[in-house]
Amino acid sequence: MRHLISIEDLDREGIERIVDQARRFAEVSDREIKKVPALRGRMVLNLFYEASTRTRSSFELAAKRLSADVVNFASSGSSVEKGESLKDTILTLGAHKPDAIVIRTPWAGAAALVSRWTDAAIVNAGDGKHEHPTQALLDVYTLKSRFGDLDDANVWIVGDVAHSRVARSNILAFQKMGAKVTVAGPPTLIPRNIEALGCEVRYRLDDLAQADVVYALRMQKERMTEAWVPSMREYATWYQINGRRLGSRQILMHPGPVNRGIELSGEVVDSPQAAIVAQVEAGVVVRMAVLYELLSGARATEPAPNDMEPQPA
Amino acid sequence: MTEILVSGPAAPADLLIRDAHVLDPRERIDGRHDVRVRDGVIAEIGEPRSLETQGAEVVEGAGRHLLPGFVDPHVHFRTPGQEHKEDLDTGTRAAAAGGFVAVLAMPNTDPVIDSAPLLRSLRDAAAREARIPVGFTAAITRGLQGAELTEMAELRVEGAAAFTDDGRPVVSAGMLRKALQYQRLAGGVLALHEEDPSLSGRGVMHEGEMSALLGVAGIPSVSESTMIARDAALAGYESGRIHIQHLSAVESVEAVAAAKSQGVRITCEVSPHHLLLTHDDVRELDTRFKMNPPLRTEADRKVLVEALRIGTIDCVATDHAPHARDEKDVPFEQAPMGTTGLETSFAVLHTDLVGPGILSLGLLIERMTAGAELFDLPVPRIAKGGPANLALVDLDALWIAGEHGWESRSDNSAFAGRRLKGRVVMTIAAGTVAFRERAFTLVGK
Repeated sequence: MRHLISIEDLDREGIERIVDQARRFAEVSDREIKKVPALRGRMVLNLFYEASTRTRSSFELAAKRLSADVVNFASSGSSVEKGESLKDTILTLGAHKPDAIVIRTPWAGAAALVSRWTDAAIVNAGDGKHEHPTQALLDVYTLKSRFGDLDDANVWIVGDVAHSRVARSNILAFQKMGAKVTVAGPPTLIPRNIEALGCEVRYRLDDLAQADVVYALRMQKERMTEAWVPSMREYATWYQINGRRLGSRQILMHPGPVNRGIELSGEVVDSPQAAIVAQVEAGVVVRMAVLYELLSGARATEPAPNDMEPQPA
Repeated sequence: MTEILVSGPAAPADLLIRDAHVLDPRERIDGRHDVRVRDGVIAEIGEPRSLETQGAEVVEGAGRHLLPGFVDPHVHFRTPGQEHKEDLDTGTRAAAAGGFVAVLAMPNTDPVIDSAPLLRSLRDAAAREARIPVGFTAAITRGLQGAELTEMAELRVEGAAAFTDDGRPVVSAGMLRKALQYQRLAGGVLALHEEDPSLSGRGVMHEGEMSALLGVAGIPSVSESTMIARDAALAGYESGRIHIQHLSAVESVEAVAAAKSQGVRITCEVSPHHLLLTHDDVRELDTRFKMNPPLRTEADRKVLVEALRIGTIDCVATDHAPHARDEKDVPFEQAPMGTTGLETSFAVLHTDLVGPGILSLGLLIERMTAGAELFDLPVPRIAKGGPANLALVDLDALWIAGEHGWESRSDNSAFAGRRLKGRVVMTIAAGTVAFRERAFTLVGK
């Protein structure tokens, strides 16, 4: 694997390989010294054109635990605000010879485009409303830990599917792992022809009890001002996952950050069904596995022996 | 009234085109002939290898077809204001290389062509620079803002070929109605870019399976067809004359067919890219495939081809829309809309529609010249005594689009890299040699 741009580029074996590697790194995370020398001397560049705290810091932490050097580059306050094009930014930053560029932009296809302008491995950390593959991988990891194999699992993705890169990557990833995916949400926020991705579509949560996993999406307040939904109150009435809707054996997931009282009620966020904190934890080890897969050079499924040795700070 | 078409100074041609297969469906010519062009006029059409040289340059036509030159009622030459994309010289060179002998340039320049002095200065520039005849259209509304009519009557007197807010729809039905009423004074067809912005929104490609997969905002087909239906009703009510630009969808073909059957004075065009490409080509989010209207589905494409064949769609128009490389070398959602088209139009349609037998060569020629008629311009014909407007083509020539670069200043061609069959080797526009293939070999004394 040269880049991670889309879940479409991975088959089930590829996803499992990354998840298995992440599990090995999770053992490292439980040690007193959490750092391994696997990517010592490698450079990872975080290039974020959108505000992001979690994803960026998760990648940063992942790279540092692998002993890579990390440079963070945010578009605000940088040459981008002075009008530099994406291409020129990549060519300029390429002079530092990064081994990997982790990139988030508001534009679909930007990560793939960037891969043409640099020799670095590209990790798509979100390209517009298109994909967010590491989120899908960490969600698969989290679910496999909680639920076991996803074959024939019933996953419902609920909310603003139209504006969600998480939804798109997860529909693909969960299906590749054998799950059956249903998307549900207001008809204005379900893209026309989304069934082409292989999922089912519902506009009501009447059959939510069928779900083994309820994956709620973030509902942004802008969607109301742009008239996608009449009001947040109406949205919450019909689509909020709350104590009445969530069953005791269902697993609840959310990509964060949560709007309590809108897509999720406070009670379910704090319930034992919620895997939301586990998802954040999984973020670091899965991103370690992705960087390791892309940069370690070896495509071996087993890490080189000394890669996993603790690295004194 | 002022001549609509303007071209730069050039010496009239004296040529003997020897033994080419001459094909002009309107003149019912389909066979090998010698054609003499003297002083820019078709002076003689004779049996193959029967005409004397008479000191003229001899162009060997054996194995080649001599066609009436093509007419494109929809191009963007970017002058004034965006000459880094194209100008009158490079634009008309591209047109000539594609076999075109007349084109109509759109007014969405910077500034917009919405007043007589601007139109006059542009026509003056064309009289110095244009390699083939160009007509200039003027805006329907000032600054394309959709709020006030331009001085259409004065613009028409100054030589406006037609009126259009191309690139944008006339959003207000009331405004379009006024333009249709005013057309009775000013004359000139209203050429309409049909799009309901409340439906197209921030869309950047066809709304369908591919946009769902890619997670980009879609432009639904009905954003085009509902406006066509509305405007056809208005044109019928005011007895006005409208031309619908760049049809892209099944629903649009149906709307035009319905209006035609009701007797509305409506014509329409389709671009080579809508006839040959679909939203599947957008899968990699290559910005060369970003255009407005967007590439739609295979079902849409097939219906467009059939509509062109049976005449519901009247003509082919390229919507040649050059953009600089750095403007297109950006993420898909940020890129400007449009593809170039003049240099590949005939070759791609010949390769993909005539080659497999979907359209006859004769029909393609009719549809690639019919734009003239729709805008009251003289239709190129291969007839004795008429001006020489000719395209000499080698139908067997194999080439790769863009392999030797482009005449256009821009290279944003949706067909770049395609293997094509059929190539224009010489273009004679308004009696002058406007283009010769680079490797052209002269034969004669």
